[in-house]
Amino acid sequence: MTPLQIVFLIVTVATLISAVMVVSARRMLHAALWLILSLLGIAVLFVTLETSFFAIVQVMVYVGAIAILIVFAVMLTRRDIQDRDKVTNRGAWAAALAALGVAGGLVGALTGWQAFASIRPELAADSAAEGTRIAQLGMALVSPDAYAIPFEVASVLLIGALIGAIYVAGERK
Amino acid sequence: MIPLSWYLIFAALLFAVGLYGVMARRNSVGILMGIELMLNAVNVNLIAFWRYLYPDRLDGQVFVAVVLVAAAAEAVVGLALIISAYRRHKTVVADEMTLLKG
Repeated sequence: MTPLQIVFLIVTVATLISAVMVVSARRMLHAALWLILSLLGIAVLFVTLETSFFAIVQVMVYVGAIAILIVFAVMLTRRDIQDRDKVTNRGAWAAALAALGVAGGLVGALTGWQAFASIRPELAADSAAEGTRIAQLGMALVSPDAYAIPFEVASVLLIGALIGAIYVAGERK
Repeated sequence: MIPLSWYLIFAALLFAVGLYGVMARRNSVGILMGIELMLNAVNVNLIAFWRYLYPDRLDGQVFVAVVLVAAAAEAVVGLALIISAYRRHKTVVADEMTLLKG
């Protein structure tokens, strides 16, 4: 086992355990804190995939923004259901079965795929440096013959979400 | 070196955990957390496919950036809806939100 594989296994096991805690914790605030741990594990996985750019984006967007937003929402909608009520609904067993079925089906379908055990190829020499790849990504996002339109659509989506959230959550006079 | 299969199996398991959270949680903030887990599993898959199968193309990374933007927008609007519902009905439990029930 190489050191990279050991790091991968430790991080994935930690991420999966915290993900299970996210869906099973009785207190929502604890679930939110477990969610932060699991998102940080994903960021480490992005580092092992040699995209430190997306690892930083993951920490800034998910841990820095979305997780904090969820913590705020948990605090603003406080209602102690953890002591009197169950945290799962009546169909929890069916949901667990369906989730197991999806996991088994995905893994089963993937093992039959010929590229399943692919080995990681070396990066091309002209894009091996991380900075070069980030520069290429930035150029592609704004160049009209590459991804300028998806980029603009994404910014319109963000503006729509911003205005929609203000309208929906704002106090009615 | 880590083979591609390790990432794919991890992402499948994480997706299944998130799916269980979405289907079984009663608290709607918990349902949103499950959705975030599923979106992250998808992102791990996309980055892994990019790195192992098409490392010389940019499509995978652009896809991940778009998924990140969609996830941020989804979380913001979802949480705003939950706060609005809490203000009107004093509940965040999904099966108590029965305003539209026939």
